[in-house]
Amino acid sequence: MTAIDVNPGLLMIAAGLLACLLPRVGRQLLTLGTPVAGLLLLIATPMGALTTLPIFGYDLTLLRLDGLAFPFGIIFLIAAFLNAIFALHQDDRLQDSAVMIYGGAAVGAVLAGDLASLFIYWELTAVSSVFLILASRTERAYSAAMRYLVWQIGSGVLLLAGILLHYQETGSMAFTTITLGSVGSWAIFLAFGIKCAFPLLHNWVQDAYPEATITGTVALSAFTTKLAVYAFARSFAGEELLIPIGVVMTCFPVFFAVIENDLRRVLAFSLNNQLGFMLVGIGIGSEIAINGAVSHAFAHIIYKSLLFMSMGAVLYRTGTVKASELGGLYKSMPLTTIFCIIGALSIAGFPLTSGFVTKNLTLTGAEYAGYFWIWLLLIFASAGVMEHSGIKIPFFAFFSHDGGHRVKEAPVNMLIAMGIAAGACIFIGIFPQTLYSILPYEVTKSPYSVQSVVTKTQLLTFSIIAFGVLIRAGLYPKEIPSTNLNTDWLYRHVGRYFVGVLAYMARWAWAGVCGGWRATLGAAHGLIRRHYGPDGAMGSAWPTGQMAFWATVMIAAYSLIGFWYLL
Amino acid sequence: MSAAPGFELGHHLPALQVVVPLIGAVICAMLRNGTLAWGWALIVSVLTAAISTMLFVAVQAGGTISYGLGGWAPPYGIEYRVDLLSAFILLIVSWAGAIIMVYARQSVMHEIDAGKRAWYYCMYLLCLTGLLGIAITGDAFNAFVFMEVSSLSMYTLIAMGKNRRALLSSYQYLIMGTIGATFYVIGVGILFTLTGSLNFVDIAERLVTMQMERPAIAAITFLTVGISLKLALFPLHSWLPNAYAYAPSVTTSFLAGTATKVAIYLLMRIFFSTFGEAKVFEILPTTTILVLLSVSAMIGASLVAVFQDDVKRVLAYSSVAQVGYITLGIALANDLGLTSALVHIFNHALMKTALFLAVGAVFLRIGSVRLHDLDGIGPKMPVTMAAFALAGFALIGTPGTAGFVSKYYLAAAVIDKGWWGLVFVIAASSLIAVFYVGRLLEAIWFRAPGALAQKASDPPLSMLLPIVGLSLAVIWFGVDTRLTVDVAHNIATMLLGGVK
Repeated sequence: MTAIDVNPGLLMIAAGLLACLLPRVGRQLLTLGTPVAGLLLLIATPMGALTTLPIFGYDLTLLRLDGLAFPFGIIFLIAAFLNAIFALHQDDRLQDSAVMIYGGAAVGAVLAGDLASLFIYWELTAVSSVFLILASRTERAYSAAMRYLVWQIGSGVLLLAGILLHYQETGSMAFTTITLGSVGSWAIFLAFGIKCAFPLLHNWVQDAYPEATITGTVALSAFTTKLAVYAFARSFAGEELLIPIGVVMTCFPVFFAVIENDLRRVLAFSLNNQLGFMLVGIGIGSEIAINGAVSHAFAHIIYKSLLFMSMGAVLYRTGTVKASELGGLYKSMPLTTIFCIIGALSIAGFPLTSGFVTKNLTLTGAEYAGYFWIWLLLIFASAGVMEHSGIKIPFFAFFSHDGGHRVKEAPVNMLIAMGIAAGACIFIGIFPQTLYSILPYEVTKSPYSVQSVVTKTQLLTFSIIAFGVLIRAGLYPKEIPSTNLNTDWLYRHVGRYFVGVLAYMARWAWAGVCGGWRATLGAAHGLIRRHYGPDGAMGSAWPTGQMAFWATVMIAAYSLIGFWYLL
Repeated sequence: MSAAPGFELGHHLPALQVVVPLIGAVICAMLRNGTLAWGWALIVSVLTAAISTMLFVAVQAGGTISYGLGGWAPPYGIEYRVDLLSAFILLIVSWAGAIIMVYARQSVMHEIDAGKRAWYYCMYLLCLTGLLGIAITGDAFNAFVFMEVSSLSMYTLIAMGKNRRALLSSYQYLIMGTIGATFYVIGVGILFTLTGSLNFVDIAERLVTMQMERPAIAAITFLTVGISLKLALFPLHSWLPNAYAYAPSVTTSFLAGTATKVAIYLLMRIFFSTFGEAKVFEILPTTTILVLLSVSAMIGASLVAVFQDDVKRVLAYSSVAQVGYITLGIALANDLGLTSALVHIFNHALMKTALFLAVGAVFLRIGSVRLHDLDGIGPKMPVTMAAFALAGFALIGTPGTAGFVSKYYLAAAVIDKGWWGLVFVIAASSLIAVFYVGRLLEAIWFRAPGALAQKASDPPLSMLLPIVGLSLAVIWFGVDTRLTVDVAHNIATMLLGGVK
């Protein structure tokens, strides 16, 4: 069979551009059909395919398909397809078009073989995705979108600077392993880091994702950060620095997520935590750890989309995703509840779900490579995930106290999308070999060893117990000293207190950093406006005398400098 | 040089380049009817553009053309000398002149009183004559004459604006322009006393054997500052925002696309083909001074642009910043730097003209260019504003547009020089551009339309075509860089190897 070596990303982008001209039915056909066509195209493309295009005196590598790019390309196209189904109920030209260009840019970046093309796609993901936030068409969303854009463009500018410096140093534009050391490599590293939501560079995720549209958030959660994960896996695999960064990312969002009320923001925090797992895997850099990171990203996109979709469905029907205003929805939205629970189980890593078989690889990687403490912290973080995503999300949305919403079940198209995603979560959990077969390296071990299943089950069970206790304790403070919990009450109470203090301190420190930033930015803005604004010295219209004065100053300065140089 | 046997039109192309618009202007003044004058001016400007294209092709094929005016051999007679640099600038100026002329009829009908329209076109052609003359002449004093021709007609073109402040702006420009021209002619005078010649090539040959003495430095000083006034180098830029803001739309577009570019051409001519980069950049600290001023322009003027409420002023301050990119490229005085400067001259002319033409179309429809009057006008004038957005993205330097190409080469030039700190300055300036362009696009596309914007619609076809054409060209030259980068690279090689 002769395959046409075209980057499926370009196909998506072209379809996205076309979509903004078409009526609704045409757009729907395109949004559904193009990812499928892209998938077929990608599968038909032989491994190791290379297409280059000479331009500007360089060879742009438009398409490079290898073991690492393939799973990412596949999952991005699947995510685009799921998102298309999920969005079928809405008629929004802007979003239909933006989401295809966005997904296409992500696919394009994954399959690009040189840094110049990477940069172009990198910027394109930023520019196209911002429309998904703007499409909420609220004042809050607009501000969030602008802050988001500043971060994203900042990442792009940094990447460009890094690429140029890197090219200057090495003479190579190839998008491949880069060793940290030179200024250029650090700039690239940081540019990836912003997109990957490194600690302290992360707040755009929690800021912008919850403000995006119902369908937009699903797409946002799938592409941007995972593109950064891919970029790290491509360029910085085995870079030890990523391990501590990843660990911090897995641990610190736990505290925030526990106290957050907006459930979509809780999911955004847990997104950070999940990215941490992937980065640790990449940082370890062994075959099994890389496999872990890649498969985790693969499964993560599905279950995270599923969770965002279920919250989107809730938001669509009830108009809110505040934990305090929801509850008891399982009666009116039973299917959504089931799908959400499946997603929650997956993210928590329950055996027989996709989260288990993939996270297990990363943990094994850490264990094998002798990173005991890392392994321990990751276990802690897993418990945290269980706490805030696995239990909190479904509990507060669908159970808990009844929020009084009596609504219809989610629209059929949403149910179909969630159903497919939920099915995929379980399918991968039961038949992990299907996923393992497309990973960059061969997987020999089955994830279902007795030890791993037992460890995980224990962990999860205790998490559930802890949650139950906390809820009880939190809701009914007077009932805390009940006899059957007496033995470990102290431990749990102290633990809760400790978590509370930690969370308080973390929030306080964070508020300090943010407040400081905001104050500095505000002051800088004031200062700039004072001097450069319409009334400032620079921005106001100068009188003629002042213009002539500057001409005199210039001629005097030039003459003096010139004569001084001849002395 | 022996005269050509018989009268062959091809041989006289250099003279025709200037004579056609000059005679055209005179005839234009005699036509009292505005529409008639426009038709005539269109024919003349298209003819001028055709001549420049033929010259460009001829120079690319056969090298530099030297033409002794009136049969007097240089250096005693006035020489018209078309090398690749001249041909490139002639091409930009004459095509800008022709394309804007297509657009001009409707806009001028709206903004200029019926009795003055013929005069307006006359002045337009005179200004075109002057600008082309500066670019084509090989004679330093003749360049001064053409500078005055273009400037005086430009003052008139600005003063014809409907807003009463146009007169004041024009007056301020006149004062500054005159100071600039005076400095220039003082510089030329010193050079003449030093070398006894006015011909650029001849001066260059005579300067080679001379030591760099104080008079020569004084000449460089006066020429540099004088031309810097004309090209609106920071902090000598302050005439520009008002002149751009209050002039008629057609004038602003023409001014933005051509006038500063020709001044930059003259600066390159003086620096590289008259004194030579060794004298200007190695003996004198020109690089340091120019880099500092360019960086101030790139950051300072961009910041000012962020806070302006008048769209034309936003674009005007952005022009000051963009001139900073070009002078930065010149200041680097290396191959890549000059390439980027020349490419940006072309690209900036392209995108700024497109932007100002689009703003002119808005003015035609709603009679205002204040930002809040443009709220939500995008969906009402979709084609115009889509073109505006494209050119705006190019201004930021988005990949795939012409603006990216020039910034890319500028960044490469800076790195080539080893001053990687400047890469971040370029990035910072682009980031500020994101703000000022983003602010415009946000208001235009995402706000609810106001009372004025409600009534707007796309302009007539004769105005729409130039806008759309230019904005598509912005994309075209973002991908196909044969005309821009390859030619600019050849010019840069020529300039750097020019004076031994």
